[in-house]
Amino acid sequence: MVAETVNIVVGTTCFHCGDKLPKASILFDDKSFCCQGCQGVYELLAGNNMCDYYSLTDTPGLTRKNPISSVKFAYLEDAEIEKQLLDYKDAKQAKISLHIPTMHCSSCIWLLESLYKLEKGISFSRVDFLKKQLTITYQVQHTSLRKIVELLSTLGYEPSLSLSHLEETKVQVNNKKLLYQLGVAGFSFGNIMLISFPEYFGLDSSSTASFSPLFGYLNMALAIPVFLYSAQGYFISAYQSLRKKIINIDFPLALGILVMFLRSSYEVISHSGIGFFDTLAGLVFFLLIGKWIQQRTFDTLSFERDYKSYFPVAVSLLKEGKELTVPVTKLKVGDRMLIRHQEIVPADAILLNGEAKIDFSFVTGESLPIEKVLGEVVYAGGRQIGAVIELEVCKPVSQSYLTQLWNSEHFAKDRKSQIITFQSIVSKYFTIALIAIALSAGIFWLLFDPTKSLAAFSAVLIIACPCALALSSPFALGNGLTMLGRAKFYLKSPEIIEQMAKIDHIVFDKTGTITQAAEASIQFVGDALTEDEWKAVYAIANNSIHPLSKKIANHLMPNYANKWGVLQFKELGGKGVSANINGIITMLGSATFLGLTGFEPNADQLSSYVGIQLNGQYKGFFKITHAYRAGLKEVIAELGSKRMSLISGDNDAEKTRLQQFFPLGTELHFHQSPSEKLLFINNLKANGAQVAMVGDGLNDAGALKAANLGISVSEDTANFSPSSDIIMDASVFTRLAKFFVYAKDTMRVIHMSFVISLLYNIVGLSFAVTGTMSPIVAAILMPLSSVSVISFTTLGTWLYAKRRGLFKGIAYN
Amino acid sequence: MNIIFLLIGCSLFLALGFLGAFIWTVKSGQMDDDYTPSVRILFEDKPITGDANTIPVNSEKK
Repeated sequence: MVAETVNIVVGTTCFHCGDKLPKASILFDDKSFCCQGCQGVYELLAGNNMCDYYSLTDTPGLTRKNPISSVKFAYLEDAEIEKQLLDYKDAKQAKISLHIPTMHCSSCIWLLESLYKLEKGISFSRVDFLKKQLTITYQVQHTSLRKIVELLSTLGYEPSLSLSHLEETKVQVNNKKLLYQLGVAGFSFGNIMLISFPEYFGLDSSSTASFSPLFGYLNMALAIPVFLYSAQGYFISAYQSLRKKIINIDFPLALGILVMFLRSSYEVISHSGIGFFDTLAGLVFFLLIGKWIQQRTFDTLSFERDYKSYFPVAVSLLKEGKELTVPVTKLKVGDRMLIRHQEIVPADAILLNGEAKIDFSFVTGESLPIEKVLGEVVYAGGRQIGAVIELEVCKPVSQSYLTQLWNSEHFAKDRKSQIITFQSIVSKYFTIALIAIALSAGIFWLLFDPTKSLAAFSAVLIIACPCALALSSPFALGNGLTMLGRAKFYLKSPEIIEQMAKIDHIVFDKTGTITQAAEASIQFVGDALTEDEWKAVYAIANNSIHPLSKKIANHLMPNYANKWGVLQFKELGGKGVSANINGIITMLGSATFLGLTGFEPNADQLSSYVGIQLNGQYKGFFKITHAYRAGLKEVIAELGSKRMSLISGDNDAEKTRLQQFFPLGTELHFHQSPSEKLLFINNLKANGAQVAMVGDGLNDAGALKAANLGISVSEDTANFSPSSDIIMDASVFTRLAKFFVYAKDTMRVIHMSFVISLLYNIVGLSFAVTGTMSPIVAAILMPLSSVSVISFTTLGTWLYAKRRGLFKGIAYN
Repeated sequence: MNIIFLLIGCSLFLALGFLGAFIWTVKSGQMDDDYTPSVRILFEDKPITGDANTIPVNSEKK
């Protein structure tokens, strides 16, 4: 944390965001910046004496290349919306919690907590890093919600605002309840152990008489809150699953706890023994620790699973020729709304004006935009691509297609419930075996020595209570998820690891996945264009969703960025785009799209070509050379044991080169539309393959969702596709094979820990069936098995991660 | 040996105190975030130099 580092940076990367410097970089204050935006943020921070931001972490900033429109947050001035978003407000101050997906390092924490230096109205701000949440208290007279959100966005920390925000409070309460339960269980466990000790070490007969009953009743008193409060969740879960006629791991647990409590109480009341209260409290305590660990991994991810986050907060309405913003919840039938490029239609509506091209990938996974004719109904959830459209609301938000879809069983069923976990299979057979052993032990003693019958029966249920078994999966998977997360491979839920271990067929998408979007080199060959013409080319490329257009737009952005209106926007999937931009009829696309021949030389197979035609005149072409991701060959070689395929929406120009990467006989498919990709995945699945789809989440959302495992490769992990199970940072692409191996390792750890816990159970059972189990055996076996399983899984997953080299070169900050 | 009754009473009383303290920490939100404080403690508050900015008091009110 030395301030000197600030002065030495004039290099090849942007001082603010660390991106590679473009040719036209900006030199300011002896530091180089990649764009106006980054320089602006630096200027703002430097002007406020806040350069600490740059000394805490190197290049902590987020690129500001995409300017934010000035009216984007105008809706936050609406009192109704403000009220919904704020946690608290009175005449003087207000408090709000914002989710900020882009926060990523300690500099972020520092800057976000120092906001009061930048905006005078903010009196306090606090970060919860793991939840990526920022809580701000501000003075209502000095600033407004809109100003704060705009400030955050300028700094690169745009909060994600949505109505789902309101539903979050419930989770918090549950979390606290678990902590209370854990506290109570820990308290009782410790004290019962203490009180039970004299009994185990043997009291002399005279003191036994006076102390034993007291100790027994004290233990019972301490165990009652554990039984009734802390263990609550297990009884409820066991009951619920029984009603669904499923046996889950909670059933033998609940049974064990119940039997333990009843038998111990009987022993204490009848003065025949001290019971198993210590084992009971210990068991519940360890189980709750496992649950808490699970909860923690879940918590950090909870936000990203939410589909509703995509639902817009406000919408522009057209009333008496004037445009105003209202909250989505206030939309009424008959309202006329304006939907711009990339905005989501919030309610079912009829198209009145404009050219609607709706991308329904959030709803159906099909990302090829669908054209709608005037008067047609556009369903909620579609994203407009192209120019502004005007729609009349025909159904209120709460009844629209999308909300119905979200609320329907089918959609709510996430991957988690589809995976039949190893644990659930084992626990089913385990429970059946357990009850069989308990019954046969009981019946055996009933025939030979009836006094021992009930003791043997209950002892089996107590000793075989699968505490260690219940702990091994959550610990191993949760830990595996954390390890993978550290290696920049982000899973949606721990269960995904099990799914990963089963994968035997990997399908790759080409553009943006095995080719690197940012590294492609772009060359323009042709006539000189005027500035306005370049701007028109930028505008059309920026409005297209095709990966090549995106590259062109990025290439032109530093010099020609603009917000010109785009009229008559037409995109022919995979072929080209055309539009009228400030009077220039601009066409961008392949030779066939432009009706030309000749500019796509076949000899060169590494490049794609995009021609430009302005007002009917051919001007030249962009030559875009794809850079394959470094280490692609090695990754594919390492994945050798699995089957692989490639599907690409692009032409087959690179076929021969790609064949060199993949093993002989790999299927390579070109010219695939998103729906063909989806079909391909479904065919593989129908043939019994466990398919993983690796894509960039843009035009393969459907395939990602259909596959058993959808991995989206992302240059910017804050952007993710809702249909993927895993988001992989593009920088760790070379480790893909290692991640798959690691998933198998994690499963191996689980299998081994299951064996360990079963061994403990066998030892315990041999005591139990003879009907001679003393409480001390249970009191030793139960914690011992739990602790050894927890430490084994934690250590095992960590060691495997080290051995596979998951974190090589990744700084953990 | 009757002193044991008193000792047990004392120890339970003490333990209940700790349980109460734990419940209080959960209730007052100290367990909500267990990562950020570890980073926050490393930040230095530097005295402001140069042009004087108005700095509101950094304090939270309920």
